[in-house]
Amino acid sequence: MRIINRKPSRRLGAFLAMLPFAGLLIAYAVASHYRRLDNPADKLLPSLSDIADAFLRMATQADKRTGDILLWSDTFDSLWRLGTGMGLATLLAVCVGVAIGFIPHIRSGLAPFVAALSLIPPITVLPILFIMFGLGELSKIMLIVVGTAPVMIRSVAQAVMDIPTEMMIKAQTLGASTWQMLTRVVLPQILPALITAIRLGLVPAWIFLISAEAIASTSGLGYRIFLVRRYLAMDVILPYVVWITLLALILDKLLLIFSRRAFPWHHLGGERL
Amino acid sequence: MTGVPKISVRDLTMRYGDTLVLERISIDVPEGAFCTLVGASGCGKSTFLRLLLSQERPSGGVIEMDGAPLPEEPTPDRGIVFQKYSVLPHLSVEDNLILAAEFERAPVTGRLFAGARRDARQDVAEILERIGLAPARKRYPAQLSGGMQQRLAIAQALLKRPTVLLLDEPFGALDPGIRIDMHEILQELWREMSMTVFMVTHDIQEAFKLGTRLLVFDKVRHDPHAPEAYGATITYDIPLDRNQKPQPPASLEELAGAASKPEKSLGGHPA
Repeated sequence: MRIINRKPSRRLGAFLAMLPFAGLLIAYAVASHYRRLDNPADKLLPSLSDIADAFLRMATQADKRTGDILLWSDTFDSLWRLGTGMGLATLLAVCVGVAIGFIPHIRSGLAPFVAALSLIPPITVLPILFIMFGLGELSKIMLIVVGTAPVMIRSVAQAVMDIPTEMMIKAQTLGASTWQMLTRVVLPQILPALITAIRLGLVPAWIFLISAEAIASTSGLGYRIFLVRRYLAMDVILPYVVWITLLALILDKLLLIFSRRAFPWHHLGGERL
Repeated sequence: MTGVPKISVRDLTMRYGDTLVLERISIDVPEGAFCTLVGASGCGKSTFLRLLLSQERPSGGVIEMDGAPLPEEPTPDRGIVFQKYSVLPHLSVEDNLILAAEFERAPVTGRLFAGARRDARQDVAEILERIGLAPARKRYPAQLSGGMQQRLAIAQALLKRPTVLLLDEPFGALDPGIRIDMHEILQELWREMSMTVFMVTHDIQEAFKLGTRLLVFDKVRHDPHAPEAYGATITYDIPLDRNQKPQPPASLEELAGAASKPEKSLGGHPA
């Protein structure tokens, strides 16, 4: 039988999914083992048990200086920035994106402008944000908004324009006003696309969050990584990277599950990534 | 209303850029007619339908309904059924049908709640029964078969009691057996509601079976060096008498050939 026609069973599928992760872990353990044979105090590839100890320390013991448990306070601060930034970006994406997609005059006026904005490399405006909003929370949140909103606006506008004309015409023949078409036809139909836009927007949002925290901050996951980098503390950096990845993964899966629950009609046509 | 045709078209022209799609179309259609529109692909039948719906504006000429110029945008007095995308995918069967009532009764939210919603659902129960979708009332359109979807689309299009019903190849994607059922439902509703119907179809048998009047769209002028220079027009306008229907020809070409020979009368019995 051709390989494209052979499908793994559920258990085999789960096993295959675990393989690359296990492989990476084993490769790391082996490399770490040989480095520590040469130099037991090696800082670059600490042993897995050292990493676990460091992570446990960060997650359970209060910091001597601030009295906070660092992992949780860092996580809370970072997620708050990420959530606020993405919330604002989502709000902008819905308001501006739907207006661009739905109303031709607004599209003519704003679409080229948003397209141009979305091409500004967001990191280049970070100094401007620091100057305008200071080094506090606002500039970090604004970086996330500036970095994600234009692209999200464009994908929401595209989602509105992708609604078949037939449905808009049909709604009009059923007596709908523009406002009613917006609330009953356009918004419900673009919500799944909005969730997708958020999921895709989260990828750059994490980058901008970590960057902003690395450059000017006193808390947050990105701040911690760049702080302990000075001491070559790989036993903290590595679990933090895994932790950030895990948070990103959980957020993404939660959004997908939410989309399946809230918009079952959107997921009837087969599996979506 | 006597004497004023339901739909009157004068010197209608439609062009997209340099491409002339329709030209020199003039026709009067009385109230209650069932016009079937046939013709080769891309000859402007659907464009004509879109113009009747005000989905697009003609490049030249006028369309009048009940003696007044056609409104500039789609209105509830003209219902439409498309081949695809006719119903809203995010609403259940039942909610697709109460949508018109919601638009009418809730101008701000466009949505009915609690008791009002229950009443609206009660109002469409009879329609659901009639189109055989009562057991499927909670399902989404994507969970329905093609025939069920189109039954829903027709029922939805008739909610506002339109006086003109436009059908753009509504049964094109359906199995032959299901088509026959759909023909019966459609004819029943047409007689009951005394609508004027325009139906685009590729199936000439269907056009002869359902219509009281057959409109054939074709290009009469051809410039081989500039195929887009001339548009299609109505080349044959054939009345199909209810009681003495002519045998439908097997194809469009045969129809065109037959109609050009006067001795083979299409309007009544074969001589």
